[in-house]
Amino acid sequence: MSDLLTLTPEGLYSPEAGAHIDPVRPVEKAIITHGHADHARAGHGAVLATRHTLDIMAIRYGEEFCGQAQEIGYGDRLNLGGVEVSLHPAGHVLGSAQVLLAAKGQRTVVSGDYKRQADPTCVPFELVPCDTFVTEATFGLPVFRHPPASEEIAKLLASLELFPEQTHLVGAYALGKAQRVIGELRAAGYSKVIYLHGALEKLTAYYESQGVKLGPVEPVGKRGKELAGEIVLCPPGQLGDRWARRFGDPVAAMASGWMRVRARARQRGAELPLILSDHADWDDLCRTIMETGAEQIWVTHGAEDALVHWCELNGRKARPLNMIGYDDGEDADSGQVANG
Amino acid sequence: MHAFSQLLDRLSLEPRRLAKEALLVRYFRETPDPDRGYALAALTGGQSFKHAKPALLRALIAERADPHLFALSYDFVGDLSETIALMWPRPEAPEEAEMLSAPALTEIVDQLGSAGKTEVPGLLSAWLDGLDETGRWALLKLVTGGLRVGVSARLAKSAVARLGTLEVADVEEVWHGLKAPYEALFAWVEGRAGPPETQDPAPFRPVMLAHPLDEDKDLQQLPAADFAVEWKWDGIRVQAAAGRTEQGQDVRRLYSRTGEDISKAFPDIVDLLTFDACIDGELLVVSDGKVRPFSDLQKRLNRKTAGPKLLRDYPAAIRVYDLLTHEGEDLRGLPFQERRKKLEAFVAGLADSRIDLSPMVAAKDWEWIAAARANPQNHLDKDDAEAVEGLMLKRWDAPYVNGRPKGLWFKWKRDPHLIDAVLMYAQRGHGKRSSFYSDYTFGVWRDGAEGLELVPVGKAYFGFTDEELRKIDRFVRNNTINRFGPVREVTHDQDVGLVLEVAFEGLNRSGRHKSGVAMRFPRISRLRWDKPAVEADRLETLEALLPDRE
Repeated sequence: MSDLLTLTPEGLYSPEAGAHIDPVRPVEKAIITHGHADHARAGHGAVLATRHTLDIMAIRYGEEFCGQAQEIGYGDRLNLGGVEVSLHPAGHVLGSAQVLLAAKGQRTVVSGDYKRQADPTCVPFELVPCDTFVTEATFGLPVFRHPPASEEIAKLLASLELFPEQTHLVGAYALGKAQRVIGELRAAGYSKVIYLHGALEKLTAYYESQGVKLGPVEPVGKRGKELAGEIVLCPPGQLGDRWARRFGDPVAAMASGWMRVRARARQRGAELPLILSDHADWDDLCRTIMETGAEQIWVTHGAEDALVHWCELNGRKARPLNMIGYDDGEDADSGQVANG
Repeated sequence: MHAFSQLLDRLSLEPRRLAKEALLVRYFRETPDPDRGYALAALTGGQSFKHAKPALLRALIAERADPHLFALSYDFVGDLSETIALMWPRPEAPEEAEMLSAPALTEIVDQLGSAGKTEVPGLLSAWLDGLDETGRWALLKLVTGGLRVGVSARLAKSAVARLGTLEVADVEEVWHGLKAPYEALFAWVEGRAGPPETQDPAPFRPVMLAHPLDEDKDLQQLPAADFAVEWKWDGIRVQAAAGRTEQGQDVRRLYSRTGEDISKAFPDIVDLLTFDACIDGELLVVSDGKVRPFSDLQKRLNRKTAGPKLLRDYPAAIRVYDLLTHEGEDLRGLPFQERRKKLEAFVAGLADSRIDLSPMVAAKDWEWIAAARANPQNHLDKDDAEAVEGLMLKRWDAPYVNGRPKGLWFKWKRDPHLIDAVLMYAQRGHGKRSSFYSDYTFGVWRDGAEGLELVPVGKAYFGFTDEELRKIDRFVRNNTINRFGPVREVTHDQDVGLVLEVAFEGLNRSGRHKSGVAMRFPRISRLRWDKPAVEADRLETLEALLPDRE
């Protein structure tokens, strides 16, 4: 057991620091790892997070999203009740962080959501050695192996070439995935305008304002069939929705790690599944656990059982936290509702 | 193999029927014989390999992956082939694997067909090492048979017909005399040869199917006088065909509605086929002239053979409703009215009453017909009435057309029973629903030793929309109180619990279920988020629906 963390109904809690990490209900003091709606909720007393995460929360919930917001940069150290707290890049989305708690010679890292794949829109994951590693397990099954992003983007571009008369509608959630898809398209040399559903505009503009180069993007607005042969990004829920009908007969693509499983792709109505994830895949989850050197592994949300079993096979003590209140990661970032 | 795996990949992700057909047509046009014929066999479920069974695939992956991790993955993915395809480890030396380039479909079929039991594992693993995820998935789908890419056998045949100017009915008609790789069939549709010939004196004839009656629309538009009305029996649809070969040998067969030969399981029926004809009817279990419940018939189904005890305890019979051929004459082009007359004469000439005539309901108008549907016991004796699941309406002037033609035959089932039950356990689904908790065990209240308790009464896994599925899935994950392997127990007390409105067709006594009852064809008809769990139905409500007989 870690001396530094316990589990409460609100989520992970450090009694000495007097702070929760990504609590699912309003608390006095919260450390927030990143801006996705299931991790970053409104209504806490004080919030400690990176500047980008604080900005994103303000965009989503309004400036009054908490009593008091405190910014902390990657690597800065802060003493809370004798616990040294610092944030380190998680490579998940812009501003995403892992939380390191250090006291009495013990180090505990809460990964938040993270990935090891390169991402042109955020700072790469930093490996933080620790004694206890609290890991996510969204894709914690050995069937999840994400191919390189470039391969998936190549699939999208190949389809565009094959069906130049059809709009290519890509379902991607509003924070992170949408911008990453744009970034990866640019990296692949695609320089045309990329069109955005209204729900993706604010955060994309925010990424741009923070120096993430995304090239020409425009709102879809009232346009429809005139976007034949163009790439349009929208929230996943809009793929099969009435809104999508304005494009006539679009190719429905969906960018998500779940697209690895055919049934999920079908359930989402994705004819062109793009396995593009902002979470670590199975191999990277396992590799990271080993590389942190941690003896104790806590598994938060996702496929806990399999990762716990793997840890035990590999001589690590592990426990599932079976935490409730976190989404399936890539299918639903319900923040897009607040986003309008 | 590459073209075939690309085809399966696209088909599995394409929801639109027409687009699926277009993909198939293109594949059949661009792929040479015999590859396309083996693909057609796979798509129509006619391809199987004696030594490549799911157990073998499990053994192959067990050598390469931890069994518990495999079980958890399979539980999530819900498809054996796909799970193995995704978990299959990359070969140590990829260059080597690439040299083993993927074999052609025909080569796979030939090699697997001729390989001995001990050679199959080696063949399969070498191929799997050389393929990517999609290729592995397609290969495993092919060898295990069940493709599950949303293509019915009929759609595949329809695509074959579209290669030329034939109709799917033409392909269906000759289908049952053919074998993979179907070269004669392709030659015929492409106009390079005449129709394939069959020597079979008792072939399967594709069956005619009914549409469900749309009460709001059809009853308004259709004149009742145009329709013959029959009872819809709660058995299984069969076709019995008998004839004599040119060499004077008798051939007698019983077919399921899809053309599967089930003669071996029903020797008692086959003995009765002492005629030269093809009849269409309902297979039932009948003793002392009384139709027995469907659960009795189930004891005879899905068996390879039938022993003397089974034949004695559950005697099978056919209730006939159509005559398709008689003494060499094809009657299918005649209107139903004329076929019915010939059928009545034909059945009258049979010696054994185990093949009897499905009686007509003398109909006046829709109101009268609706009353008969609601109360078959006013027309039939009790056991027969309980074996009625509704009415069949057939146009008097309709020929016998294969498939499901519009406007000729309608089925008008009795209204289902409804109860409100509480969700107790959930399990991940397979196929379309896989990776979501989509198989639900539900219960109703009864008085237990310590007050009200829920007793499970059934299981349902469809009837809800995808949106509803996501909501129930979330409810399950957020309200799990216990895990038993793949099964999750969810909160189900008087205060908290999800009430499901369950529709079902009938109820039988069951010794296997704790509640003593078993539902027929249960499905979720509505989610009652609004209803407190304690207000769900009680077991007594169900027991009142049981047939009297023990």
